[in-house]
Amino acid sequence: MFDFHPQLKQRFAALRTGAEFFSLRYVRESGQYLSVRKNVAEPPSLSRDEGAMLTVRVNGVEAYAATNDLSQQGLQSALDRAEQQARRLKPHALLDLREQAVSSDRADYFSPNLDQPFPSLSDCYQLLGAESASVPKDERLVNWQVSIGITNVEQIYLNSAGAELRQAQRFVYPGLDVTAYDGSDSQTRSLGRENFGQQGGADVISRCGLMGAGPQVADQALQLLLAPNTPQGPRDLLLMPDQMMLQIHESIGHPLELDRILGDERNYAGTSFVKAEDFGHLQYGSKLLNVTFDPDIPEQLASYSHDDDGTAASKQFLIKEGLLLRPLGGALSQFRAGMNGVANSRACGWNRPPIDRMANLNIEPGDQPLEQLIGNIEHGIMMSTNRSWSIDDARNKFQFGCEWAQLIENGELKGVVKNPNYRAISAQFWKSLSAVGDADTVKVLGTPNCGKGEPNQVIRVGHASPACVFSNVDVFGGDA
Amino acid sequence: MSTSKSQAESFKALVNWLREAIREPEQFNLSYAAESSAFVRFNHAKVRQAGQVQQASVGFKLINDGRHADLDITLAGDPEVDVQRLAEGLQQLRETLPLLPQDPYLLLNHNGWQSKNVQEHPLPDTEHVVAEITQAAEGLDLVGFYAAGPISRGFASSSGAFGWHQANSFNFDFSLFHDNGQAVKASYAGHDWSSEGFAKRFALAREQLAFLGRPLRTLAPGQYRAYLAPAALEEIMGMLGWGGFSAQSIASKTSPLQKLYAGDSAFSPQVSIDEKVSGSLSPAFSGEGYPRSDLGLIVEGRAGAQMVSSRSAAEYGLSANGAGGGEMPSALNMAAGTLPEAEILKQLDTGLYISNLWYLNYSDQPGARMTGMTRFATFWVENGEIQAPVSTMRFDDSAYSLLGSQLEALTEERELLLSASTYSQRATASALLPGALISKLTLTL
Repeated sequence: MFDFHPQLKQRFAALRTGAEFFSLRYVRESGQYLSVRKNVAEPPSLSRDEGAMLTVRVNGVEAYAATNDLSQQGLQSALDRAEQQARRLKPHALLDLREQAVSSDRADYFSPNLDQPFPSLSDCYQLLGAESASVPKDERLVNWQVSIGITNVEQIYLNSAGAELRQAQRFVYPGLDVTAYDGSDSQTRSLGRENFGQQGGADVISRCGLMGAGPQVADQALQLLLAPNTPQGPRDLLLMPDQMMLQIHESIGHPLELDRILGDERNYAGTSFVKAEDFGHLQYGSKLLNVTFDPDIPEQLASYSHDDDGTAASKQFLIKEGLLLRPLGGALSQFRAGMNGVANSRACGWNRPPIDRMANLNIEPGDQPLEQLIGNIEHGIMMSTNRSWSIDDARNKFQFGCEWAQLIENGELKGVVKNPNYRAISAQFWKSLSAVGDADTVKVLGTPNCGKGEPNQVIRVGHASPACVFSNVDVFGGDA
Repeated sequence: MSTSKSQAESFKALVNWLREAIREPEQFNLSYAAESSAFVRFNHAKVRQAGQVQQASVGFKLINDGRHADLDITLAGDPEVDVQRLAEGLQQLRETLPLLPQDPYLLLNHNGWQSKNVQEHPLPDTEHVVAEITQAAEGLDLVGFYAAGPISRGFASSSGAFGWHQANSFNFDFSLFHDNGQAVKASYAGHDWSSEGFAKRFALAREQLAFLGRPLRTLAPGQYRAYLAPAALEEIMGMLGWGGFSAQSIASKTSPLQKLYAGDSAFSPQVSIDEKVSGSLSPAFSGEGYPRSDLGLIVEGRAGAQMVSSRSAAEYGLSANGAGGGEMPSALNMAAGTLPEAEILKQLDTGLYISNLWYLNYSDQPGARMTGMTRFATFWVENGEIQAPVSTMRFDDSAYSLLGSQLEALTEERELLLSASTYSQRATASALLPGALISKLTLTL
């Protein structure tokens, strides 16, 4: 681990520049994606990637150069390019960062169970093959796939102020999906995949519940084929954690990103319905809503000690009892806006610069067990597992769809309905939060696929949430 | 030595090394991707973030005895280091293959095809471009992104195939914001940066900005006549392209166009869509080693060809036609219609003029029913005249309605839209699309 560190330190020490501050972020990543589709092992997809980003600050102007050439000459050349760019673009620069503080922290961070070997490739294929074979034979089951993705990342951050931050992490993404078809309609039911990723080792596969799940997932796909469409109209909506993660992500996470509020993303990812002056004043949701930025849950996908600008990360309430307190803004955005934030300046790799990203963005548990959440609903619907998401560029008007739903009548779960969708407006939706599940309903989930930024970046984010109930939401089904 | 030549030579050197290193009956495919990119991000008409990225990688497939595995390796640009990495990769794949079962869907192209396309238009100096942009945007709230530089793609196989594609390009994707938060989106992209061309494009966007200052119109949910400009139609085509034409998705019943391919639904006879590789900006060969063909995906509203990768060809008994692993089109070409651009507002009469759509997804995928938002420069039109910008609205409609029963006309003129996507690397995808006049668009929120 960190075997390149001594050499990298030596090369960093030998770099020469006229910049007042410079940093190097080295990333080495290896990946393995294995899958079995309809009982046939697909060829493994493996990857090895490494490179470095050099960032300079010259007269308060920052610029970066990313390079795949890690030799002394390659790093120096990248540093020179960054410095030249910073000097040449100074007349046009938006920001003067001369007064912005820089990190001098030194720390190491490791994923849990990193010292435990991951099951071998053969063992993984055996596991995937067994799970694929457990999907029952039924001519309506037309497609199914079982997969495991593993990404190992080593990152070393060094800067001219003496910071030295090392992270070694392993991310695991188990997944299973089954598609059923009746000659006209098709329905897919899944487990894990984009909805479940964690740091760790083989323990992640166990926590996901992948093993032994094939028959049940297949049965639910078949149930959906036979189910009626979700009825249209207002209902109380019980969202399970694997839909709550999407709900949090799109209608709390993105609107609270400070770089969006500062206008950086207006050409691509969009802006926000939240304004800088709303922090400390805006009642974002009901009193039951407590939202945290929490980098301290070891297995959660975006737990770390420091972000990619070298800022130390700690748990912070963004929303407390419904009141909006703090944005998702890293050190640079905090400096620009003159506001508090969190350590969420993150890059997806060595070839992209850090920007404000979600990391672990969670809803704190309430005090109601699942039975009570259901029992208190007179006319409602329970939805789980996201399959469709769409929201406006200010992150306000949304429509989300799930794979699975069951109606709730007079406090009891009733029949399955298919194509469940709901739509609402963020600024009003969270105020309709009427019940929050207890700690037993919480699931620690995450996705590797959050897109944002110019140049574009796709990054891993974590969301832990209890089951939650929202009053009087507009729900509807499919039927084109 | 030019960048292109030196990269092509580096790639050839790796291919030659690999040809020597493999042992009968091993076979290989080696694809190559590299770029050197200038990235400049603008906010409030100033440079928010600027940088430069240099990257290169190979995709290495080793095949032996019906078993195969793929390994992506980032290259360093130093011949010795890169050969070393390839050698380590070869070793890793040799150790991996015996652990795998034989793959019944392995289909190799044994044709020793050759392809070369090199375009080396000189690109403008980044500082010069930034100066032109900031000057043009003086007094305006511009936000946007400039990406430029050479892109290289290569392919070689142990069967003797060799392809090389290199092009210099730039893409300035930007928006102009009015004080009221409304914005117009535009882009200036291609191979030759022309100050005159840029000024013309910028002036057009600036003209549209003036309309956005009018008081905002809020619409109630309901059904409206609408005109979708090419950039708006591109969002719909992008959604349909995500698995819609894929042979695997069609066979596994997850394609949003499964009813079209089953013959149960159809688009308007006005709709003909090709994947037109010839003359496009994307390479003429796929990453898995097949020359890409021009394909008629939708012919006069009916299902035509599918995008078929080698794996799907083997699994479903089809012919591989150069589709990549994701089986998505990247050079869409939709046939023009008969509505002259100058007649759009008159024909629309009263309804919505929609410049862009945003964040589409499915409400009911098997029915191709999709939802999404209006974004950037959406106007309310009455009696053929623009009245007011419209607040952001959500639509929810089936593609079989938008491009079928409710499609009145497609425009005579088409727009070439070059992808501004930079996920992992700068995209080479493009779409040549008309605008579409729709008699009923359903707004829901």
